[in-house]
Amino acid sequence: MIDLSPLWLSLKLAFIVTVILFALSVPLAWWLAYGKIKFKALIEAAVTLPLVLPPSVLGFYLLLAFSPQNAFGKFVETVFHVRLVFTFAGLVIASLIYSLPFMVNALLTGLRNLPPSLKEASFTIGKSRFTTLTKILLPNIRGSILTGMVLTFAHTLGEFGVVLMVGGSIPHQTRVVSIAVYDEVESMNYHTANIYAGILLVLTFSILAVVYLVNNNKQSTKLF
Amino acid sequence: MIEVRAYKTLNTQEGKMPLDISFRVEQGQFMAIYGKSGAGKTTLLRIVAGLTPAESCFVKIGDDLWDDSGNKFHLPVQKRSIGFVFQDYALFPNLTVIENLEFAVPKNGDRKIVSELIDFMELGQLQQNKPGSLSGGQQQRVALARAIARKPKILLLDEPLAALDDDMRFKLQEYIVKAHQFYHLTTVLVSHNLPEIFRLADTALILEDGKINRHGKPADIFREPTASGRFNVTGEIIDITQNDIVYIVSVQSMNTIIKLIATKNEINAMQVGQKVLVVSKVFNPTIHVLK
Repeated sequence: MIDLSPLWLSLKLAFIVTVILFALSVPLAWWLAYGKIKFKALIEAAVTLPLVLPPSVLGFYLLLAFSPQNAFGKFVETVFHVRLVFTFAGLVIASLIYSLPFMVNALLTGLRNLPPSLKEASFTIGKSRFTTLTKILLPNIRGSILTGMVLTFAHTLGEFGVVLMVGGSIPHQTRVVSIAVYDEVESMNYHTANIYAGILLVLTFSILAVVYLVNNNKQSTKLF
Repeated sequence: MIEVRAYKTLNTQEGKMPLDISFRVEQGQFMAIYGKSGAGKTTLLRIVAGLTPAESCFVKIGDDLWDDSGNKFHLPVQKRSIGFVFQDYALFPNLTVIENLEFAVPKNGDRKIVSELIDFMELGQLQQNKPGSLSGGQQQRVALARAIARKPKILLLDEPLAALDDDMRFKLQEYIVKAHQFYHLTTVLVSHNLPEIFRLADTALILEDGKINRHGKPADIFREPTASGRFNVTGEIIDITQNDIVYIVSVQSMNTIIKLIATKNEINAMQVGQKVLVVSKVFNPTIHVLK
């Protein structure tokens, strides 16, 4: 019987990352869309960087940062008693950074495509920024939210380089399905690799197909 | 009494232009701001609402101070008791008509006003519809109702009827007049439609290149000082045709066309598309070009 735990681990990772990243990206996208910030271009560039950076480069720097011998890793370990190198927690944080552009850019596009008068109209009837965001803006960019969430989910499922650098391949901890495929191929277990790869292929394709179907029907935000 | 003083440098196509304004509106009055596009009308309205910052500004509504840049005081837009109708209506697409209105009522406000406004604006049939399925005129009525729903101290209308055809414009002007009177509103309307201003406004100011050119009753400030008569209407010349030695000038005012006779000398100052004032002196209507 084939060990399905890498698959579950991947799904769990993708789910957790999607939820946390959504919560983090909403305020960030608001800030980038409406905030009067200096160096906005630099911040946007930094947010989009994981999209173009080789995952191994990103993974390498994260590995250095997470190491208990360096300031950030030491800080997390002493304050939160969490080790980030070769652990699931480390994978979550690495994936948050790796998938950041997918969520933030989708939300940002949605907010920027809304007429500015919607936000202003809500302000003129005395509604706070929070109420305006939750009751008016977010419900009107549902397509973008769906896009951002699904892309984040699918992208986290499919990541390899960052996970390999930061997480290694510890069964039930950091051995996600993409790593498992690699391991199986290396050990010449083509049959097992084929099953993992096939499931991943069908799963990610189905997710994307559903998003396109839903979004095309609603004629709202397209993926790209 | 509403008191507004504002200074702001506008970036226009011709370069920088200072907007330098000071005016007062009495409680319950209907004031129109007239001017060409780019004269700063909308910016002025947005400064009063607190949506656009000005370099220096003072806004006082009755006893409430909203802006006093001299003392570094600025009340955020959310705290100002305003109703603002946007050019593009800005209805919330995710909410139905009635939800749009309910959203505008403050938490401990009077919810009865929603059903009252639904009746008042004749939106009963549409109250469960989403804004996307409504016509322009219907959306405008919802936008107007939504702006009034919180019982604002001042109603600000930014060219609310610009996108509508003449028939619809005419009908909606009636709603605006009725609402203004029924809810004892103080209203400021931005418009570049003279018939509209004549029909709705008690006072008007003409904005030109960022300055107030004239301020007063519409009938006084939009016509030549020599004109006087029993009744007058404004309109636009839509046609001039020669008929023997005289000319027939067709003037459209609201949804009627008035045909008038003019001499060759008078015609020299007129052209199709010009805004004019038609004055009737006891028997013979005469025609005056508007500034």
